[in-house]
Amino acid sequence: MKELTPWGRLMVNRNWLAIWFMLPAAFFLLMFLAWPLILGVWLSFTDARLARPGVFIGLENYEWLLDDSVFWLSVFNTLLYTIVASIVKFAVGLYLALLLNRHMPFKAIIRSVVLIPFIVPTVLSAIAFWWIYDSQFSIISWSLKQMGLINQNINFLGDGNWARGSLIFANIWRGVPFVAITLLAGLQTVSPSLYEAATLDGASAWQRFRYVTYPLLTPIIAVVMTFSVLFTFTDFQLIWAMTRGGPANATHLMATLSYSRGILSGQLGEGAAIATSMIPFLLAAIMFSWFGLQRRKWQHGENNE
Amino acid sequence: MSDAVAKAAATEAQSDAREGMSYLESIPMRLVTLWLPLGLIMLILLFPFYWMVLTSVKPNAQLIDMTTYNPFWVVSPTLEHIKRLLFETEYPRWLWNTMYVAFASTMLSIFASVLAAYAIVRLRFRGAQMIGGAIFMAYLIPPSILFIPLASVIHFYGLFDSPLALILVYPTILIPFSTWLLMGYFKTIPFELEECALIDGASRWQILTRIVLPLAIPGLISAFIFSFTLCWNEFIYALTLISSVQNRTVPVAIVSELVDGDVYRWGSLMAGAMLGSLPLVILYAFFVEHYVSAMTGAVKE
Repeated sequence: MKELTPWGRLMVNRNWLAIWFMLPAAFFLLMFLAWPLILGVWLSFTDARLARPGVFIGLENYEWLLDDSVFWLSVFNTLLYTIVASIVKFAVGLYLALLLNRHMPFKAIIRSVVLIPFIVPTVLSAIAFWWIYDSQFSIISWSLKQMGLINQNINFLGDGNWARGSLIFANIWRGVPFVAITLLAGLQTVSPSLYEAATLDGASAWQRFRYVTYPLLTPIIAVVMTFSVLFTFTDFQLIWAMTRGGPANATHLMATLSYSRGILSGQLGEGAAIATSMIPFLLAAIMFSWFGLQRRKWQHGENNE
Repeated sequence: MSDAVAKAAATEAQSDAREGMSYLESIPMRLVTLWLPLGLIMLILLFPFYWMVLTSVKPNAQLIDMTTYNPFWVVSPTLEHIKRLLFETEYPRWLWNTMYVAFASTMLSIFASVLAAYAIVRLRFRGAQMIGGAIFMAYLIPPSILFIPLASVIHFYGLFDSPLALILVYPTILIPFSTWLLMGYFKTIPFELEECALIDGASRWQILTRIVLPLAIPGLISAFIFSFTLCWNEFIYALTLISSVQNRTVPVAIVSELVDGDVYRWGSLMAGAMLGSLPLVILYAFFVEHYVSAMTGAVKE
């Protein structure tokens, strides 16, 4: 056995080699992810402003927020947005996945076309929706007027409740393809013979779905919905491109409020406090979908047949 | 070779089986339960794009006059909006910025992810499992809670308002995802190949570049396409970390520069949205399979 120099040992020893290999990834994740995460929590306890380091002021930012009705409105909006959009995305996505899983001509093309809303940058499709929702020249208002259903243009983004609904619709529109295509990948692993057997036993279409498809799909549903809830909860671009939180703060989500307080008004500390208060909600959502729906057996990918 | 034949036979058998019970359905039944709902959903999913393209070639007069012209169609389309966008704004510059930033940060993250994924899967050092889990957790940390402290960090490093800031920050979104995806690919490469190479005296680096990477090319393409799309789509960091007009990326520039009070802005806005999406849609059209496997792979692993 040849003696290794210290340098040679660094290049061959497994644990040392691993450090070399992990170094680039660790650099990025520590410098630009872990460090800002800690700094964000710290900033939320200070009165930092743009271009001025703050001093520690304890929980003052949070006390301010507790009394701030706009903050609570944004919490309400975020929860409403996340819950309604996630439920509809799941229902429509699952339905679309079941449709796409059927035998039909041009299957491959249809499947690839379905995913396009997910490919196109969110802001750019949001701009298209903004135009569709225009208060004067909205194509929806125009069509409804032609059909004689309404007399006046709908003020889609100018009225609080309409604005919430319109944003939720745009979010659903973008999220459905993701849910559908990932669930479709799950559906394709379900053996058709299971359905044949169930049919021979006299199961109806609903029973086949409820007792064959759904249980086999639960693990992948858990993962897809975790991601979907997470991305909906922290959404920023769609709102910012269409309403910037308006009219009269009616559509502020926590993320957009944190941007407008933290960056636009320069109150870094307060913005950081809003962002930090999203963390418990996120953890709760992750825990819920992970432990509520996950089956441990599947997790390592061995038994997902 | 025989592998490919067996695989083809298997998919054929599967597609036979998939047709399975569909002969039990009558044609009117299929129309109602399959084509009608599918058609409706597809219509809603694609309409905004139709509208985007239509508006970008519609002359201004037809945009605001919805009585004499049917708004769903265009008479005598014009390229004026696109021309205005390309020659009177800094759009080409923004497009170039977006592409340059997306390409650079994707390459950086693929480099870092390949090394990290290989180390976690194959070097099996102490704590590899834990690091793998930590990287997955990093995937769940959204940019919306990081942008404020990140702005201070970037100021501190003196990178504010430079494309380099974005190039260095985007990998935090991409590395967790690509590492996780590549780990899945590396696991499928047989250990024996590497053992043979080790016996023949290859170093770890040689094994990685000569054996593992060539075998993982589909995975690399998937990771590349998906990362590139994510970068292109990124908004909040680009909005916070870049302040001068000429350094902006397309999504941010459209929202903050092209939007003004003008009634006639819609034509060029839609043209901008269309031209900004086109490169991604073309890329997607060429690599649909890789894209889908990246998306589902990341969820499944």
